[in-house]
Amino acid sequence: MHPAPSVIIFTVLSGLGLGMLAFLGIGVLDVQGVAAFMPFAIAFTFTITGLIASTFHLDNPQRAWRAFSQWKTSWLSREAWLSAATLSVMGIFAINNIFRGITISVLGWLGAGLAMATVVSTAMIYTQLKTVPRWNHWITPIHMLTLSLAGGAILMQHTSAALVLLTCAGLAQLAHWRIGDRQFAARGHSMETATGLGDRGSVRMFEPPHTGSNYLLKEMVYVVGRRHALKLRCIAFVTIVLLPFLIVVALPGGTLTTCFAITIFGLGTFTSRWLFFAEAEHVVALYYGKRDG
Amino acid sequence: MTELPETTQRKLGLVIDLDTCVGCHACVVACKGWNTENYGVPLSDVDAYGADPVGSFLNRVHSYEIAPTGGGCSQTVHFPKSCLHCDTAPCVTVCPTGASYKRSEDGIVLVDESACIGCGLCAWACPYGARELDQVAGVMKKCTLCVDRIYNENLEEVDRVPACVRTCPAGARHFGDLGDPDSDVSKLVAERGGFDLMPEQGTAPTNKYLPPRPKDRLTAQAADSSSLTPIAEEPKGFLGWLDMALEAL
Repeated sequence: MHPAPSVIIFTVLSGLGLGMLAFLGIGVLDVQGVAAFMPFAIAFTFTITGLIASTFHLDNPQRAWRAFSQWKTSWLSREAWLSAATLSVMGIFAINNIFRGITISVLGWLGAGLAMATVVSTAMIYTQLKTVPRWNHWITPIHMLTLSLAGGAILMQHTSAALVLLTCAGLAQLAHWRIGDRQFAARGHSMETATGLGDRGSVRMFEPPHTGSNYLLKEMVYVVGRRHALKLRCIAFVTIVLLPFLIVVALPGGTLTTCFAITIFGLGTFTSRWLFFAEAEHVVALYYGKRDG
Repeated sequence: MTELPETTQRKLGLVIDLDTCVGCHACVVACKGWNTENYGVPLSDVDAYGADPVGSFLNRVHSYEIAPTGGGCSQTVHFPKSCLHCDTAPCVTVCPTGASYKRSEDGIVLVDESACIGCGLCAWACPYGARELDQVAGVMKKCTLCVDRIYNENLEEVDRVPACVRTCPAGARHFGDLGDPDSDVSKLVAERGGFDLMPEQGTAPTNKYLPPRPKDRLTAQAADSSSLTPIAEEPKGFLGWLDMALEAL
């Protein structure tokens, strides 16, 4: 799948912001008034920047409001509702915290739940697609949720939570790669099933339908990243798990350490998310005989 | 709404005969011609006469070669592919805006372009590559089964079929109601063993494909050249002398 920058920025940044909002909601940081302003500002900035980036993926964003209409069937529509609900509930929670100095914990817990539900709904947009076997597995939401929470814990400067969640995110990342690598073959999709001609023999491409490229090939048969996938996986794993873990453990806590840790973690998450798309193979590649790249 | 209808009154669709298709791409051209100037925005081309042309098409013809399991000659199969108007169309339910829908009256899957935000998720959800995001208008294009022809009373009755079916010079494309077991297309599917593409995706396509018939094989007798008996006797008389004289030259 084509790794579109808008979607990568959207999922990574909103993931970080929503992870932090969840921690703020459950009251990990027990501060009111002016002291509460910065944490909320950071969490909202990440989340909203991510959500704005997502609209750059749309060719007709002026109609984006329509995306609220199909929540009964569409995960993308549910995500729109959940993100709007999270921002509203956490917005009220934050205003009460900052300007009135009171913590309405019921609202906070509700906001935290909504924030996590938003991350899951984002993941479900990918997980639901049977056409992309690598994504079509329950490990995908766990992978995105653990990354979101680990990022949130780093931003909250909560060392013990960060260490536990970084470990979980690392394990989920490894599981996502390991399971994902086997998914396409496990589903049994082949040029023979795609064309229905498998009972006669083996099928190979004789002539593609067009000499140039097309939307399908550009969007769903992206093969550029495959050559360096292993190196990028190593880079992603080191920067998502190992380096942030060492930074959080070894360096003295403080704003500078947090900035350093989240930058490294963010770069790792961007690499991981780029691979998430670039390595994902869509079954339509079979019709073009491009499965093996 | 992007909820799929529980049942549709009819299941209009295509039956494509892979035995008959000659791969001339006339259906591709007829489709592009009709659909670029009728329902919805035009099917745009970008850099049409340049080095890297791309364009939107609702129907494309692939060509495959089958290497038979038991050895022997390979078989070339021309393979037209467009929207299969699936019963459980995954492209419809993923749509966040309701732009994608399946009609309950005839099962045709359509896009309301005025509601399409161009997110591309429906194209991701389709296993067949039947949907293409128009690169100029930024809305999703797909086969409409020529909904603006098949019910169009301004056209002669013979023309009230999809443009691809009307134009096919080989008669490889058939249009009809696949929900009616007594329709011509349903009988054809039953008779020829019509099949679904990628059935493991669970999309329950309406369109069916008819398999290519097996190729003729050389029989043992035909393959044995010694069975060819000479049909001309040895020449005699003048022709005999001419034959000898020419041989001696």
